[in-house]
Amino acid sequence: MVLDKFEKRIILITGAILSLFIFSMLYGRSKYNDLPECLPFDKTYTEAKVTKLDENTYQVFAVAQMWQFQPSQIYIPVGSEVDFFLTSKDVVHGFNIAEKNINMMAVYGNINKQTVKFDKPGVYKITCHEYCGVGHQNMQAEVIVNYPAK
Amino acid sequence: MQLSKSLRRVIYWELGIPLALLSIGIYHGLMQVIYRAGVLQQPSFAKLDYYQGLTLHGVINAIVLTTFFAVAFGHATIAFFLKKEPNKKLAWLSFWLMTIGTLMAAWAMLAGKASVLYTFYPPLKAHPFFYLGTALLIVGSWIPLFDWSRLYRQWRKENPDTKTPLAVLGTLVNFIIWFVCTLAAAYEVLVLLLPWAMGWKQTVNVTLARTLFWFFGHALVYFWLLPAYIMFYNFLPKLAGGKLFSDLAGRIALFGFLLFSVPVGVHHQFSDPSITKGVKIFQSLLTFGVAIPSFITAFTLAASLEYAGRKRGAKGLLGFFGKLPYLDQNRYLFAYMISGLFLFIFGGLTGIVNSSSELNAVVHNTAWLPGHFHMTVAGPVFLAIIGMSLYIYSKNSGKKVFMPKVAVIIPYLWVIGILIFSTGLSWGGLLGEPRRTNLGMTYLNPKNELFTPEWVPTTTLALLGGIIMFIAGMLFLVVFFGTMLKKQTEAAMLEFPVSENLHNERRIPLFDSFKPWLVTMAVVLVIAYVPAFLDATKNPGPGAPRFTPDNPVPVSTTLKTDALQTPALGDKTASAATVNK
Repeated sequence: MVLDKFEKRIILITGAILSLFIFSMLYGRSKYNDLPECLPFDKTYTEAKVTKLDENTYQVFAVAQMWQFQPSQIYIPVGSEVDFFLTSKDVVHGFNIAEKNINMMAVYGNINKQTVKFDKPGVYKITCHEYCGVGHQNMQAEVIVNYPAK
Repeated sequence: MQLSKSLRRVIYWELGIPLALLSIGIYHGLMQVIYRAGVLQQPSFAKLDYYQGLTLHGVINAIVLTTFFAVAFGHATIAFFLKKEPNKKLAWLSFWLMTIGTLMAAWAMLAGKASVLYTFYPPLKAHPFFYLGTALLIVGSWIPLFDWSRLYRQWRKENPDTKTPLAVLGTLVNFIIWFVCTLAAAYEVLVLLLPWAMGWKQTVNVTLARTLFWFFGHALVYFWLLPAYIMFYNFLPKLAGGKLFSDLAGRIALFGFLLFSVPVGVHHQFSDPSITKGVKIFQSLLTFGVAIPSFITAFTLAASLEYAGRKRGAKGLLGFFGKLPYLDQNRYLFAYMISGLFLFIFGGLTGIVNSSSELNAVVHNTAWLPGHFHMTVAGPVFLAIIGMSLYIYSKNSGKKVFMPKVAVIIPYLWVIGILIFSTGLSWGGLLGEPRRTNLGMTYLNPKNELFTPEWVPTTTLALLGGIIMFIAGMLFLVVFFGTMLKKQTEAAMLEFPVSENLHNERRIPLFDSFKPWLVTMAVVLVIAYVPAFLDATKNPGPGAPRFTPDNPVPVSTTLKTDALQTPALGDKTASAATVNK
């Protein structure tokens, strides 16, 4: 099998680009490690609530259902780190805080989890981005970071 | 060569039925951009609901059209390159199974009983006919593989030392991928969903269903793509007036797809619960393995086109791009293929983002995704399908193409439409615009409290591009069905513009036999998917009851009062709770 010299070059280039991609991915993973976490199902997460663990750490048990999120408004102070635990009461829903790259699926009988820090005040929209029936386009909630002061 | 009347008929119907249905698919494509841009601010139009239309759009365009075409094109390539015709009865049996399945699913969707989108994620429940119809369509498309394999083995016996024609290798690889991946879809549909939808089983493991679906769902995109690749390798160089740079490269690429098509499906589930990070990262890395056949193909095709351009008198480094037969009416297939390849560059680039487990969080389930896959499945795949359907029909029937000038312009019009459309969607996706959402009712309705002004320019661009795509699509249907209505003027012959090879490459047995590759495929699959299926069975809690899209209360088969609670959620999990603390 004789390789054409241009083919040899393209194979080298492909190898180099692939290594770059793979390196970037592994680097991204080691630096941020923010893929949704794999938790076994636990009934306690199926009741929506916000828990303050300490000054700057909050736990949110978010429950998605046709066609709203519970809690629908989450108030937290600036600089808080929030663990979002997510499940669904019915069909599959999405949970996207676009500004913070929080992006999870809410699945019945399953618990999803991502952690994020809110450094800046503002209203962060949580949008359902998975089709969940006729009311899907109404399904949005808010994380209110120190606004209005509360 | 001249095909038998029976095979010719099978092929006509398998090209004609999905293209006729495509009119419904394309109509709903147009409707979606209209709703999404906020022009329509209502749940339905002309008695068809947005999500019903979205389901029709996805199922018809992405499953029915592609499957029918792959089978028809497979019959044509096998018959043409092996000079052996598939078995008549089996070809018709496959046709009828696919057609009846399609009609069943179409009825369920049009009746509004299956507005569950083409991914049909449970616990949204569709009418049982939707699942049964899909299963029949799939099973029908399996039959030819076994018949073609028989013909191939026969041919191999008669020609032990000849290289398998590249197109035959491609068709067989494609249908092997299809058979393997659809086993998961068949299991999901027949074992998990159908008994549950019928009420024989009360709950379904949603994560397992999703994992099975994506085992099928990503290989599906290669099943769409490989017929286009077969055309790119075998016909494009000839159409351009040149030769194929390397036939061996094509073989390596095809076997590469055999390895990397299936064990990557979890990259659709990066945002899912209950699947460990390790499985996600591993399959994300495997996804990048597809870069190898893709780069090989990009190089080989560009080199073949360069050779063609230089033969036509091109000078300089990139001068060959100016010398290709872009508007040659006698080679309209070239226009369809080159347009598709151009779009595929952007399809590939956007795909790198989705398939990276970390970057995916930025775009998952946003409008970025349809922006991406309209430059793949609605790019090279769709253009190759419609161009080749027209070509096969016209050659096989001895009829000249209706409005040949228009036929050659259509792909360029489509490219312009897609580029605008996908720019709008990709931009919107980066701003968090969700896909699969009737935006017009809320987010794009200035009177609604959810109104999001950032998505006005993005959805407007998508609307503009969508209108151009609609026009191009409709023009194609006029050309295709116009050709059908013409009278036969030439001898009805099936012929393909087959490329010669530039280099005289010897047969290398490793790249001309299936066994070693099938074994490797199985090993990679087991390594990649056993942990995923274990996760999907072990980690989830109770299964989910049935829901219809219009009601938060599950469909109850027993007591009505039970239904007001969410039944079953969290019964068996007290122990898990303590472990977790």
